[in-house]
Amino acid sequence: MLKLPIYLDHNSTTPMDPRVLEAMLPYFLENFGNAASRNHSFGWQAEEAVDYAREQIAQLIGADPKEIIFTSGATEGNNLGIKGVYEMYASKGNHIITCTTEHKAVLDTCKHLEKLGAEVTYLEVQPDGLVDLKQLEAAMKPTTILVAIMYANNEIGVIQPVKEIAAIAKKHGALYFSDAVQAVGKIPVNVIADGIDIMSFTAHKMYGPKGVGALYVRRKNPRVKVTAQIDGGGHERGMRSGTLNVPGIVGFGKAAEIARTDMAADTERVSKLRDKLENALKVIDETYVNGNPAHRLPHVSNISFKYVEGEGLMMGFNKDIALSSGSACTSASLEPSYVLKALGLGDDLAHSSLRFGLGRYTTEEQIDFTIKAVTDTVLKLREMSPLWEMFKEGIDIDAIQWAHH
Amino acid sequence: MAYSDKVIDHYSNPKNVGTLDKASKSVGTGLVGAPECGDVMRLQIEVDEATGLITDAKFKTFGCGSAIASSSLATEWLKGKTIDEAVKIDNMDLVEELNLPPVKIHCSVLAEDAIKAAINDFRVKNGLAELVFEQSHV
Repeated sequence: MLKLPIYLDHNSTTPMDPRVLEAMLPYFLENFGNAASRNHSFGWQAEEAVDYAREQIAQLIGADPKEIIFTSGATEGNNLGIKGVYEMYASKGNHIITCTTEHKAVLDTCKHLEKLGAEVTYLEVQPDGLVDLKQLEAAMKPTTILVAIMYANNEIGVIQPVKEIAAIAKKHGALYFSDAVQAVGKIPVNVIADGIDIMSFTAHKMYGPKGVGALYVRRKNPRVKVTAQIDGGGHERGMRSGTLNVPGIVGFGKAAEIARTDMAADTERVSKLRDKLENALKVIDETYVNGNPAHRLPHVSNISFKYVEGEGLMMGFNKDIALSSGSACTSASLEPSYVLKALGLGDDLAHSSLRFGLGRYTTEEQIDFTIKAVTDTVLKLREMSPLWEMFKEGIDIDAIQWAHH
Repeated sequence: MAYSDKVIDHYSNPKNVGTLDKASKSVGTGLVGAPECGDVMRLQIEVDEATGLITDAKFKTFGCGSAIASSSLATEWLKGKTIDEAVKIDNMDLVEELNLPPVKIHCSVLAEDAIKAAINDFRVKNGLAELVFEQSHV
C-alpha cells in the first residue's frame, strides 16, 4: 500500500535513519555528561562518544578527526568559515571570490563582510550552472584570501569542478572554502584529493539530526585557522565555543558512518529512480531539465514545465507529494529562484520549475505515483493557461508588451 | 501556507475555463499580468447587445492557485451582470470570498484589472470611450 504523503524534498532536509536515532538515545537520559567535564565519568563518557563521532565524520570526508569543528549546522559553518578567514587573514588581503548561485548563508555572509571592508567578486555561472574556471582565474588578485564556491548546488544539484577550483585558489595563494552541505554523504567527498581547505556540512541532510553540523578546517599544507565567531570556553580548538551537543554529534557520527558504508548502493538505487522520473516527465512537451546533466547529484532533478506556474502546479498534488518549487509567488516581490535566473533562464521558465529531491527511502511506487500526478496536473493547467494557448497558436509570447504590476 | 477550502475548490473545479471569439464585437477581452511576475490572466466577457447583460464569461490563467481561483470566481460573478454592475466588482470582495492571505491580494487585484480591461476592450470595439479607473487596493 502506498503511504501518502510522499516526501521528495530531500535537499531541504532528510528524515533520520532509525539507526541514527538508536545510537543517540543513550545520550539523552543516561550518558548526559558535558564533554568538557574532565573530572568525572559522565564527562569522560561524553568525550569518548564525541571523539568516536569525530572519527566517523572525518573518515567520511578523508580528514583527520582533529580537523573537525562541530557547529550548530551549515549556516553557522558558512559564517564561521568565511568570516573567520576574513578576520584571521586580514593582513594578507580583503578580496573574496564566490558565485551567484551560492546559498544565502554564503551570499549574505559575503554581503555582511562587504560592509566591513571586504571586496567580493560574485562570479556568474554558465547556463549549465557550473563556474567558468577561466573567469575564476581572471578574478584572482594578489589580495584574494578566499575562494568560496559550493560543492553541489541545492536547487539544481550541479557539482562544481572543486578540484580545479582548489588548484586555482592554491596557485594564487588563496584558501578554498566549500559549502558541501548537499554533497557530503551523497557523493564521495575527499578533502585531500579535492584540495579543500575549509568545508561546511551538516547532519540533517544525511539522515542525521537537525541542529548539528561541522566545519572541516585543514591542519596541514597549509595549516588553516579561522577566528572564532562565538567566544567562550574555548571549545573546538578555540574556534567554536559552546557546550557540545553530544547526542546530536553522536547521531551525526552514526549518520556519517552509514552514509559511507551505504553510499554506493544508495546512489545506484536512487539515481535509477531519479532517471526514471526525469525521463518520464521529459516526455511532456516543452519540459526542460535545469543544470548540467553529467555533473549532478544522483538524487536531484530540477525541471521547468513551460507555460504553467510552479506554485499553481504544486497545488495540484501537494497534499500527496512534498516537493519544492523555484517559484516564490508567496513573496510580495514575486521573484522566482535567483539560482535559476543565474543560469540565464527566462522568468517564465524560472517560475515554472519544480525540484524533485529523492532519498534513501524513496520507492519505485512513489515515483510512479509522482510521474502520474505531475503529468496530469501539468496537462490540466496547460488547458487553463493563456500562455499555452498562445504558444499553440504560434504567438511569440516574448514579443508581447506585458504590463508589469 | 495552507489554501482556503474555497481556493482549493476553484482550483480543483475551475468554473468557466475557456476561450470566447476575441474578434467578435460582443466579446471583450482583458489580458493582464506578465509571465515574469508569475501570473497572466485572460478574462473574456460576452455582452448581449439588446439587454446589455453579460451572458458569458471565460478565463484562462497562468499562475498560482489563488490567481486561478480569483479569475474563476470573477467569471462566476460576471455572468448576468450589466457592464455598470461589473465595473463595481472590487478586488477586496474577491479577497473576502476566497479568504486570501495578504501575500495573495495581488491575485485579486489582477482579476479586477482583468475585468476592467475586458470591459474597456468591449467598449472600444463598440465605439465607446475607455473608462478610467482608480488604482485598486494592493
